[in-house]
Amino acid sequence: MSSGYRLGAHEALGTPAAVLAAGYVGYGALSADIGLSVWSTLLSTIVIWALPGQLILVEMSSSGAPLIAILLAVSFSAVRFLPMTVSLLPALRAPAHGRGKEYFAAHLIAMTGWVAAMRRAPDLPEVERLPYFVGFALALWLVSIAATGAGYLIAGTLPPVSKSAFVFMNPLYFLLIMLGDARTRLMVMSLAGGAIFGPLFHLLAPQWSVLAGGLIGGSVAFALHRIASRNG
Amino acid sequence: MAETLLIAICGAATYLWRGLGVMLSGRIRTDSAVFVWVGCVAWAMIGGLTVRILLMPAGILAETSLPDRMIAAAVALLVFFVLSRRNLFFGVGSGFVAMIVLSLLQRI
Repeated sequence: MSSGYRLGAHEALGTPAAVLAAGYVGYGALSADIGLSVWSTLLSTIVIWALPGQLILVEMSSSGAPLIAILLAVSFSAVRFLPMTVSLLPALRAPAHGRGKEYFAAHLIAMTGWVAAMRRAPDLPEVERLPYFVGFALALWLVSIAATGAGYLIAGTLPPVSKSAFVFMNPLYFLLIMLGDARTRLMVMSLAGGAIFGPLFHLLAPQWSVLAGGLIGGSVAFALHRIASRNG
Repeated sequence: MAETLLIAICGAATYLWRGLGVMLSGRIRTDSAVFVWVGCVAWAMIGGLTVRILLMPAGILAETSLPDRMIAAAVALLVFFVLSRRNLFFGVGSGFVAMIVLSLLQRI
């Protein structure tokens, strides 16, 4: 096995895995609370592998949103993977790795692994970059699947106080990783736009809030940024 | 069964963006206006979702009070940015502990 895989897995199995596992224990417990089956819950982590999308799925299902609205909201929340993938792959690409490997690696792209690989890949030999990312993200994925199952199974035995605290770790984790990663003014403006319009749309039409809040909030941030950079 | 199908379709829809990214990577400029805009919308969606869950949660989180959530989030932000040099483990962990302590205090 290439040393890149081992290095990636080794670096993932510390704080990144611990934090994600805690979040997925909360997600599993939330999903159990809302009444999804254990298999559906595990399947959601396996095939979606994006906690925000999974939270949208579970929360919208519980509020009885139309299926088409759930599907649209989940896929729109995953639009970020397009630019993330486009920007990450050139950093991992090497002639030794075929396109097939890249299509497999793409499924594993999510916030934590993306941030880690963007930071670490330039230090590694070209041929070890893709293995590093796959090792890192695959380890996180497997730990998260296990944590989802664990969270689901212990949901009933968790005291209500700790259950809500586990679930609370999901938005908390996103808040920290978002604010910690918001390096540019445009990122900050987009986050703020979403933070304003998302909850606002939630008051008007809860099932469309993620979609509409993101489109309006993001577009306002984009427009303001364009105007500001044209004048500045 | 319908539930499993919906999740499978949601998974396929999520992968679509990742797969499309592989197809386009190397061929498309990541600094074009459309890409910047798509990134803005993605950040706004995640920002909006996160703040909405903190302010107006559904399900079990709705049982916690708004002041408790705000205080616990403030503790996590303080530990993450000021006290632990951006250590996610300590940041999220402190918010978790704060939420448990606050919830227990409510019961007294």
